[in-house]
This record gives sequence, C-alpha cells and structure tokens, in this order.
Amino acid sequence: MNATETAAFSRRIRVSALRMANRGHGSHIGAVFSCADILAVLYGGILKLYPNDSRAPGRDRFVLSKGHACAGLYAALAERGFFPASKLDTHYQDGSDLCGHASHKVPGVDVSTGALGHGLSIAAGVAYAGKLKSASHRVFCLLSDGECDEGSTWEAALFGAHHGLSNLCVVVDYNRIQGIAPVSDVIGLDPFADKWTAFGWAVREVDGHDHAALHQALGTVPFVTGRPSCLIAHTTKGRGVSFMENTVLWHYRIPRGAEFDAALAELEAQP
Amino acid sequence: MRDAFIGTLTELAPRNPDLLLLTGDLGFGVLNEFRARFPRQFLNVGVAEQNMSGLAAGLALEGHTVFTYSIGNFPTLRCLEQIRNDICYHGANVKIVCVGGGMSYGAVGMSHHATEDLAILRSLPGMLVLSPGDLWETAEATRHLLSHRGPAYLRLDKSSAPVTVQAGETFRPGRIRMIRNGTDVTLATTGGILGEALVAADALAEQGIFCRVLSIHTVKPLDTDTLTAAASETGGIVSIEEHTVDGGLGGAIAEALMETGAFPLFLVRMGLRNTFSSIVGSQQYLRNVYSLDAAAIIRTVTSKLTSRAAAAFA
Repeated sequence: MNATETAAFSRRIRVSALRMANRGHGSHIGAVFSCADILAVLYGGILKLYPNDSRAPGRDRFVLSKGHACAGLYAALAERGFFPASKLDTHYQDGSDLCGHASHKVPGVDVSTGALGHGLSIAAGVAYAGKLKSASHRVFCLLSDGECDEGSTWEAALFGAHHGLSNLCVVVDYNRIQGIAPVSDVIGLDPFADKWTAFGWAVREVDGHDHAALHQALGTVPFVTGRPSCLIAHTTKGRGVSFMENTVLWHYRIPRGAEFDAALAELEAQP
Repeated sequence: MRDAFIGTLTELAPRNPDLLLLTGDLGFGVLNEFRARFPRQFLNVGVAEQNMSGLAAGLALEGHTVFTYSIGNFPTLRCLEQIRNDICYHGANVKIVCVGGGMSYGAVGMSHHATEDLAILRSLPGMLVLSPGDLWETAEATRHLLSHRGPAYLRLDKSSAPVTVQAGETFRPGRIRMIRNGTDVTLATTGGILGEALVAADALAEQGIFCRVLSIHTVKPLDTDTLTAAASETGGIVSIEEHTVDGGLGGAIAEALMETGAFPLFLVRMGLRNTFSSIVGSQQYLRNVYSLDAAAIIRTVTSKLTSRAAAAFA
C-alpha cells in the first residue's frame, strides 16, 4: 500500500476499533486512535507478513507493547487476512479470544501484552535471537509514552543499544497523555529524543499521522548501521474524532449512543 | 549444588546448540568455563532481572531453551510479573535458576534469603518447581530441565545432603524419593535441609523411632500418591523446609492430603513462621536459631509422638 492507501486503511482501523469498543463495552479508544496511522503503515506495507502462516520464520515480528491498543492491531490483522473480520465483533465478549489486551491466542499476534513495560524486553530477546542466526527479519515494538515511566523499558533500551540490535525498531506513540493525566504533569519525558539518543539508539522524529513521513521513516530501518532504531511519533490521543482528540477522558471512555454515532459520522466522512 | 548444575549444563551444552544461559551479572568464577567454551550460548544481561526475564521469553519464543540465573530472590521476586505474563502465560521454555535457596547466603542477610519463593512460584500455572536435596538430584534435575518443555524453577541450595542415590536408581521427575523407609513418622523435606532430616532420622533410630524420610525434589507437581501412602502407613508427617510454612512445602502437603481425604495422624510444618531470617549467622547457625536443624527435628518428633502416646492413654 502507498501513503494514500494506508491513510484509508487507518480510517478503516479507526472505524473497526470504534465499533469494537461500542459493541464490547470496553475501550481504550483514545490510545488506539493515536496509533492507527502507525499500525496502518506497518501492516499496510512495512512488515513482511504471511497471513496464512502466522509463524513463518521469515516474517517481520511486531510486539504491541502498549497492549491496550489491541483493537487497532486486531482490526489491522483482520484486514490483512489473519482471521475473518466477523471475529472482531466478539472483542471483549464472553467466550471470545479477543480480550481487552493483545493476546497471542489470536492468529497474527506473537506476544500477549497488557502490563506495560514488558514488550521491549521481549522484542529485544526476539531481536537478539534473530541476530544469533544472522536472520534478515526485523522486529518492531510499539510503545506508549506512559510505559516509558517503567524502569524495565529502560533496562531493555540499555540492552538493545549495548548489543547493537540494528534489527530492532521501537516506535513510541508520543501522544502526550497517559492514564489519568497529561504526561507533562505526571513524569515529564522531554527531552525525549535526547534520552533515547543518550541510551545509544538512532532516533528519528515524525508526525505520527503523516503517512508519507511514516512510510519514509519506517522504510529506512535501521536508521544507523549497528544501532537499534527509535522512531518518536508525535501523535494526538483520540486522533480522528474531534471531541476525542487530546483528552484524558477518551483513554477509557466507551463510545455509546449519540457519541458513538457522532464519532462514526466523522470517521466515515474522511477519505 | 551450583557446581553440579553448571557442570551438568556444561556437559550438555554442545548437544543443545539452542541452549542459552543468561545471568544477571552473577556467577563470578563459576560460569567461566561455560562462557569460555560456549560464548554464543552465554549472556550476562547485567543487574536487570526484569529485562532478563523478558529477554528469556522472547528468546524462547524464537526456539531457544533459556536458563536465567541469579541468586536469592533476584531471578524470581524481582521480575515476578515477567515470569507470570511473559514466561508462564506463553508456556515459554525458560528455566529460572536460583542459587541460594532458603538461608543459604547466611550472614549476607535476608535480602539474599529465598524464603517465600516456593510458595510464590508454585502458585503460577504451568511452573515446574524443582528443589533438589543432594548433588545427584541436582544433576538429574538439570538434565531433566533440558528435555522438559515449558517454564521451570530450579532452587539450588548451598548445602546438600550427602549423596543418597541407590544403585540402579533413575531420576523420576515429579515423584518423591523415599530415602529411608519407616513407619513411626514421616520426615518430608525439600532442598538441602534433607541433610538435617537424615541426621535426625539416624539419631531417632537409635532411640527406636524409625522415620520414613522423603526427599521432595519436585514441589510442583506434587506426588500425592507417595504422600497419601505416608499418611496412612506412618504415625504422622513432619514437613521440613528452609522456607516459610505459609504456602511452601508444608502448605502444599496439607492441601493435597486434605483434598484426597488421606488425613495423617498429624501434620507438623517446620519452617519459618511469619518471620524474616534477620539474625546474622551462617546457614547452619540460622537453622539452629530458627529451629530447623537436626536437633529441632528430633525434639519435634519425640515431643509429638510422646504427646500422642499420652493422649492415647488419657
């Protein structure tokens, strides 16, 4: 897919996620919307994927460390043919395997996440294994800004740089709002790029909603030979629906009734 | 036990090229030979146990058999959520090795004493919990870990009982070993404290009290058959562990026997009772202070049997 196509893909991800949150009565919709473009670009063209063989050895690996954004991941996987789209209707429902966080029981999902700060260590282990084999696949790991409060994230960051895991690329969904407050009020992360650089990573920054820029950045991994890559994606929480954008409220709020209808209308009006 | 573990791993590494040993910056001197001979199979991940456990999960997902190695509670309590979510929930082939079970680290202090680990680790679904009592069990448990697929915890003691293996004996994971057969009382132990139980059993035998001594090298899954036999065939059960009595070996035994309905005539749990091991001293000294040594076992058995006899005549 090209940038125009992934932009349309991201809109479809948002619509699916909105429906899933509404139907399942469970939501991290703001967190999904901020990374829908990133997911669309990754799943629309950057990741080498085998929908019929979700464990194909040559595939690129993806770890959704911000596991609460799984609705976006599930929507992307369904569109890419890992499972029928009808499965998305079961998100959060009794008896489903689509729980409220990423689950490896779902075809196409390698790693179950949910507790923040775990994913990068796992991704680093996967990347290290790839390096031992001199494999050509890459490992991408999507982090939230909030989980950069976790010490374990930085343990993994130190490790990744020390071992020159150039097959590893972190994308941080830097939407500047965490669980119950803005990042700057809780634990300020800035200068954020400087921190990753100081930890030995090759850092790029990008508008996380600009598909051409995302394609360009993610297509040039590793950014620097011999170093792991960190793409800081500047995003807006709740992006795509005007009344959800940049709010703490829509981290957890379930879209229902008139709010659901309004959100859907806004999304469907986009290209 | 640590040397028996490393020796066995070193012997088996060539045949297991996917085996990886991760250490949290511990094992000075001990791991040198392994590292020198198998540099691609060794990784010092630094003082970062949460990362070590996450890495292990990721490596295991890619087909490796991974050992994580540290001392005391560092490979477990420090990174328990990673063990639970990343290792156990994924059924990852990761073996967590603790050097220094119980009060092995003696005067180094309670921060290095693993005295709640058995209770915590055995509560995790899918976790195999091994706690060998002598060097033979240690080597065999290590061997078993290489063929076992899935999460496991190996608790190595700095002490060990003298080697107890019988001629022709094979190691049976998940089965309790009967080291002495007797019917007056059962001493059920896990870990190196087996040595104290054997000293106590020999001393009690001289007083005409014959103990069945069980070495429970596999705390989970627990061999309930051998325990129900002990419950019905002996005068009572004393569990002995260098660990809290809350949820450890004694707890596991109590749970199993209550549920099967094979109630022993009594169950006494010897272990730490709601206390940290905060007195300074060697492992042997601490066993004495916390009433876990052979002398304490002898006192416990004789007083229990005496009071039961008195009650019988009352």
